[in-house]
Amino acid sequence: MPEKIKFFIDGKECLAERGQTIYEAAKANGVYIPILCHFEGLKPVGSCRICSVRVNGRWMASCTQPVTEGMMVENQTPEVEEYRKAIIEMLFVEGNHFCPTCEKSGNCELQALAYRYQIMVPRFPYLFPRKDVEAFPTFLLDHNRCVQCRRCVRAIETKDGRKIFAMKNRSGQVRINVDRKLAAKMSEEEAQKAMEICPVGAILKKEVGFKVPIGKRKYDFKPIGSEIEEKSEGVKNE
Amino acid sequence: MSKPVIATASLAGCFGCHMSILDIDERILDLIELVEFDKSPIDDIKNFSRPVDIGLIEGGCCNSENVEVLRAFRKNCRILISVGECAIMGGLPAMRNTIPLRECLEEAYLHSPTVAPEDAVIPHDEELPLILNRAYPCHEIVKVDYFLPGCPPNADLIWEALTALLQGRPLKIDYPILKYD
Amino acid sequence: MLFYDINKPNFMQGFLMSSIKRLLKKYGKNRLHLITFLKELQAEKGFIAEKEVQKLAEALGLSMTEIEGVITFYHFLTDKKPGKYVVYLNNSITSEMAGMEEVARSFEQEAGCRFGETSADGLITLLQTSCIGMNDQEPAALINDVVFTCLNQEKVKKIVAWMRQGKPVQEMVEEFGDGANRHELVRAMVKNNIRKAGPVVFGDFKPGEAIRKALDMAPEEVIEEVKKANLLGRGGAGFPTGLKWEFCRKEKNGEHYVICNADEGEPGTFKDRVILTERPQMVFEGMAIAGYAVGAKLGLLYLRHEYTYLKKYLEHVLQKMREEGILGQNIAGKGFDFDIEIKMGAGAYVCGEESALIESAEGKRGEPRDRPPFPVQKGYLNQPTTVNNVETLATATQIITHGAGWFRSMGTPVSAGTKVLSVSGDCEKPGIYEVEFGLTIKELLEMVEARDTLAVQVGGPSGNCISEAGFDRKICYSDLATGGSIIIFNKTRDLFAVVRNFLDFFIEESCGWCVPCRAGNVLLRKKFEKIAAGRGTLQDLKEIEAWGKIIKSTSRCGLGQTSPNPVLTTLANFRELYESRINKEADFIPEFDLKEAVAEACEITGRKFTEEHEHA
Repeated sequence: MPEKIKFFIDGKECLAERGQTIYEAAKANGVYIPILCHFEGLKPVGSCRICSVRVNGRWMASCTQPVTEGMMVENQTPEVEEYRKAIIEMLFVEGNHFCPTCEKSGNCELQALAYRYQIMVPRFPYLFPRKDVEAFPTFLLDHNRCVQCRRCVRAIETKDGRKIFAMKNRSGQVRINVDRKLAAKMSEEEAQKAMEICPVGAILKKEVGFKVPIGKRKYDFKPIGSEIEEKSEGVKNE
Repeated sequence: MSKPVIATASLAGCFGCHMSILDIDERILDLIELVEFDKSPIDDIKNFSRPVDIGLIEGGCCNSENVEVLRAFRKNCRILISVGECAIMGGLPAMRNTIPLRECLEEAYLHSPTVAPEDAVIPHDEELPLILNRAYPCHEIVKVDYFLPGCPPNADLIWEALTALLQGRPLKIDYPILKYD
Repeated sequence: MLFYDINKPNFMQGFLMSSIKRLLKKYGKNRLHLITFLKELQAEKGFIAEKEVQKLAEALGLSMTEIEGVITFYHFLTDKKPGKYVVYLNNSITSEMAGMEEVARSFEQEAGCRFGETSADGLITLLQTSCIGMNDQEPAALINDVVFTCLNQEKVKKIVAWMRQGKPVQEMVEEFGDGANRHELVRAMVKNNIRKAGPVVFGDFKPGEAIRKALDMAPEEVIEEVKKANLLGRGGAGFPTGLKWEFCRKEKNGEHYVICNADEGEPGTFKDRVILTERPQMVFEGMAIAGYAVGAKLGLLYLRHEYTYLKKYLEHVLQKMREEGILGQNIAGKGFDFDIEIKMGAGAYVCGEESALIESAEGKRGEPRDRPPFPVQKGYLNQPTTVNNVETLATATQIITHGAGWFRSMGTPVSAGTKVLSVSGDCEKPGIYEVEFGLTIKELLEMVEARDTLAVQVGGPSGNCISEAGFDRKICYSDLATGGSIIIFNKTRDLFAVVRNFLDFFIEESCGWCVPCRAGNVLLRKKFEKIAAGRGTLQDLKEIEAWGKIIKSTSRCGLGQTSPNPVLTTLANFRELYESRINKEADFIPEFDLKEAVAEACEITGRKFTEEHEHA
């Protein structure tokens, strides 16, 4: 077995596999680092920056940065948490997130992060950009809610490797652009996968909705990340 | 010693947040022991009779009258709290914010299927408040001291916030009571 | 053969599908050439049609949306039919200062349409673009890729009148600039304005000498010499060039590549344009030397779209070098093969960032990559790649010829040698200055004959805005680092207008990948405008500083990490300017203004806003 790397998160000694990212290694050690754009099994892209940590005074995205020997990672320090909170707030004002009308509410990862950080109001002014809602045979794409995490871009492809979702434009005009012809051929299952991989309510499968009642939704009672932290608690208690 | 005084108002809201205040159930009896109400739909007092300690604002600002009421609250309340999504971010009325005002008004008053075309008109009576170009969160118009999210905010959150304020202790929010819906 | 010429006569004859077939035949069915395909298709009729996107997608095994993503990423690619003449007016700050507004109004008046539109007769499209590297001869514009400098109302009138007569754009250029700008393959009105030729880049140069000498050395010796010379990257970041080459060489597996970064897009930088115009062979030899050092056989010159007018000339220089045996197979008879291909950019500032440049060179959206792996490990085509700036490579050539000792005798101990500066703004003699490192701002201001200077922007918008208190500071890596951009503002200028222009620039040029850069800068500008409008408080100043720090810290690449600098450096060096705009007593001033907020309703209903509404 290859030798493990020793590193530290907020002073806690951790072990990582060689080549593991800070995020993965933290998780394996029962430490939660908040993520939004990252999704297990997809190539990390470091687009949301919510997983930012500080190492030796340098900021880096823990979903893309590999662990190195002896690394001292700042994760839950006040400044790191404050900057993450600011990024979450940026996302809330950059789009049009009307939680009360959104069927992803309660299961939305952006909202769950805001709950975890107990955001009462964003520090930034709301931008209220004009964005569209597009309909495809099996799903809807609501650009108002899109956080441009690129999960759909990475996860949904045709069998011959063509992208159904891709980025269009740049700067604040960046949008997810769907290939109409290819999207028309998407099966119910693929639409379901697209909806599940979307962290927010931007991709919604048609003809279903509000299936899970309030009180039974993913983030109704436990904060996002608690599954990782509880595992760590369990280890401690053993 | 006189009791702390509370005032409340609903601007561009649906009164749901006020309902949630009532949702504190039997604790309302404790509340009455602790505080007095001034201007509020709860006691139907229309105007401030004195400067008050805490103002609870439901709803954002959609028209000039909302702005007027909000400014009066800021002037008369030592502590001002935005209660609910509409006060905090415009809420459902802000769904019009991405659509130009003219388009909204024409759709509602001229082209809607229930409008009789012969007397279709965009209301312009001088008695009406002037509608704002978009719905505004309260803190973009006056300084707001605290925020209680939710649509409506959980009654337990409102209770916790009020009791914390009255007892002068920091707010402690249990995870499940902070929600945006 | 690596080279192609979009202006060959047979190029224009093809029609839609045969064009695509011919392109695929010429370059192969490889998405690596996607941007080349798109540029060539666009050259035929001004835009890329949906049908072409579909055909290309089928041929390359891509979806249409992937290709649309590439088209919409770049300024100079479009899927919408433009006018016969497309004007891209430069909107950088130096253009603004030289009268861009007047020129823009003039274009609108003459063309009969606004910027962002095409005239009703379909003849003229008016667009704005970020810095095109002509800051010492503004206002400047690209019209169908031909450069027009020093524009004024009169010239605009003349140009639009010619357009109405159907005159070819190249024929509108009546006077040519100096030096190689007059060359028959360039024929541009662009001026070099070399005010001070230094001993390195603009010093004595005997073509072929450096590459021959390098090939007599071992690759490790070449690297050692460059390391000994302490050559630091001239693009601005200042990474040691020798070390970069060493890292690249050490990667044992795969092909190695050299890329020359000729995508200077930092507003106020135009030195690479002049170096490529007057010292192309010095740059190309530098690429070959780098290739020899790292073990590469192919070099790419990534040339920004704005410098398309230099392309044929540069290809001609490359061809001449091949004929002289100092490029291509068996260089100088010493058994080293190395050739150079020109890859054209398509208009995106962020492509100056090396990993974004590599993505773009691979025919994709120019979005930066995550690092590690670094380009020296996994760069172009995921192979070890050294990306060096134009001036860096030219300088390396001279270091090989004259030796590290000669080079280190100039400049300062940390910052050896010279730096080519492009100076623009408020001074008598804007242009190119090759100076030794260690020059103070004060000395520079005297040299360029600047008077009543309020501020000097060192390193472009991403750099530092220096006030008089900093005029004794030195231009060098340990004090004021710059990729070459120096913009001077005199005391008649409004620094708020400068900051606004820079913020707009970063917002426009953000690739949009990461949240802090994409959203944060828009919010930063909003806060800045609140302060500029006199509605700021001390709290707003605190917040704008804090927000700037968050964006700097958490952004993914150099663009985002420097984008708040216009605000942060002016706030640090001209704090009194900000303080004079805010209300220090107020603890809250809203951005909201009731009268403004009801103006639309008043207009729609025919009602009037009264005092009663305001004070009821």
